[in-house]
Amino acid sequence: MPEPIIRIRNVHKWFGKTHALDDVSMDVEQGEVLVIIGPSGSGKSTLLRTINHLETVNSGEIVVDGIPLTHKSTDINAVRAEVGMVFQQFNLFPHLTARQNITLAQRIVRKRNAAEADRTASELLERVGIPEKADSYPGQLSGGQQQRVAIARALAMDPKIMLFDEPTSALDPEMIKEVLEVMLDLAQSGMTMLCVTHEMGFARAAARRIVFMDEGKIVEENTPEGLFSAPKSDRTKLFLSNILDR
Amino acid sequence: MTDSHKPLSVVGSAPVPAQPTSHWWTHFDRYWLLLIGALVVAAVLFFAFPERFQPIFRYVFGSYAGGDGIFMTLKLTAVAFLFILVVGMVMGVMRVSSVGILKGIASLYVEIVRGVPVLVWILWIYFGLPVFFRDVLGLKDMRIAGFPAAVAAFTFAYGAYMTEIFRAGIQSIPKGQMEASRSLGMNYIQAMRHIILPQAVRVILPPVSNEFVTLLKDSSLISVLGLEDITRRGREWVGRTFASFDTYMVVALLYLILTVFFTRVSTAIERQLSVEKR
Repeated sequence: MPEPIIRIRNVHKWFGKTHALDDVSMDVEQGEVLVIIGPSGSGKSTLLRTINHLETVNSGEIVVDGIPLTHKSTDINAVRAEVGMVFQQFNLFPHLTARQNITLAQRIVRKRNAAEADRTASELLERVGIPEKADSYPGQLSGGQQQRVAIARALAMDPKIMLFDEPTSALDPEMIKEVLEVMLDLAQSGMTMLCVTHEMGFARAAARRIVFMDEGKIVEENTPEGLFSAPKSDRTKLFLSNILDR
Repeated sequence: MTDSHKPLSVVGSAPVPAQPTSHWWTHFDRYWLLLIGALVVAAVLFFAFPERFQPIFRYVFGSYAGGDGIFMTLKLTAVAFLFILVVGMVMGVMRVSSVGILKGIASLYVEIVRGVPVLVWILWIYFGLPVFFRDVLGLKDMRIAGFPAAVAAFTFAYGAYMTEIFRAGIQSIPKGQMEASRSLGMNYIQAMRHIILPQAVRVILPPVSNEFVTLLKDSSLISVLGLEDITRRGREWVGRTFASFDTYMVVALLYLILTVFFTRVSTAIERQLSVEKR
């Protein structure tokens, strides 16, 4: 069995008196699409953010692509460049056009020349379906378009792993679909993806594995079919009945 | 790249509505009126009462060759302002830094400087520092020329206010901007330089130009060092002719014209930047 691309071992994280991550251990295989679900405050976003070190952990070990994040000597920026992240609030750079949003980090982190970065930007905007918006500023784009630019921006770094932190939660219902299609497309292309999401349709269609978290712990890991048809724990059953009945 | 993707361009590609046409008089407002009014008053004094006012204007305005009058005021303001911006930016970034010592230095600097009047800093640096150099460091005949002393004093004093402006500007940028930058592998300095500061500059432009105008007026304090700025030239003319009312009116008019002009310029820049952004 190959070495997992992400290995998380006995991770604990405290925010003051809140135990945000309580002894979390998990492996993610290369090319796997993993969906993390759970009620708000369950630690799922925090877990995602520890993987590119936006949150530090209090104890435990996180190894990404063979590099331990928890060692002091690790060059965090080098690891981050391999891990793309998509945020709930898009976080596009408002003073830059869509194209510039995608080219900036390529040039200053990956040291690509302007022409090469530009070509990548055009390809990716094509791929996310908005090539005509290259010269628009984020303020001129709809939420769904902004999120697709944000995905393109992360992909431009040629990441090995993509993290999605509730990528559709800030979107109007009719724009959710356009973002999910891009994500589905990405999943089918073999990208390793970790998605925190409430979109059960996406989880069913794309995920190989679903992790259910509550109160900082992983309560259940299961296949989509297993989780939706026969959840192992009562807590999972309750959560699913709450969100699926809506 | 993959063919499974169907672009949903129907949803998102509604045309951007056309901007309303803008004419040169669209932005014609009270600042322009004030500037024109001040210029008209100056012209009336100059041409309608030539014998009474022309000598005052000539003397107070100064000459480019002499580097005095209005030219001294502008030169000092411009040079000091450049240094103030640099100090404000560096100290402002230090103020929001997570490194305790840097934050501490910047905070202490701001607190100390803000508690002492600008005039006192000017006097202390110009008259006090040479004494300090002589008595403590043993440097005899150490003199600081008036102009660099004034620039140093203004940089030191105004730098603290500028630090606070930069700090507020940096802190007004949402946390997600730094997180997104870092998640792409940028280091802290790169994120500051390419993402945070360019956005902060747009936010702080109004208070920064405010500081510029205040500095322009406060530059009159350098007349205590014998530097021949607008105010000093006015005082000298009064000393010669005793025409206090007329002379100080001309001095005031010159400052008014300058400040209103620069206020206009900064408003125009702000407007330009906000157009670019959207």
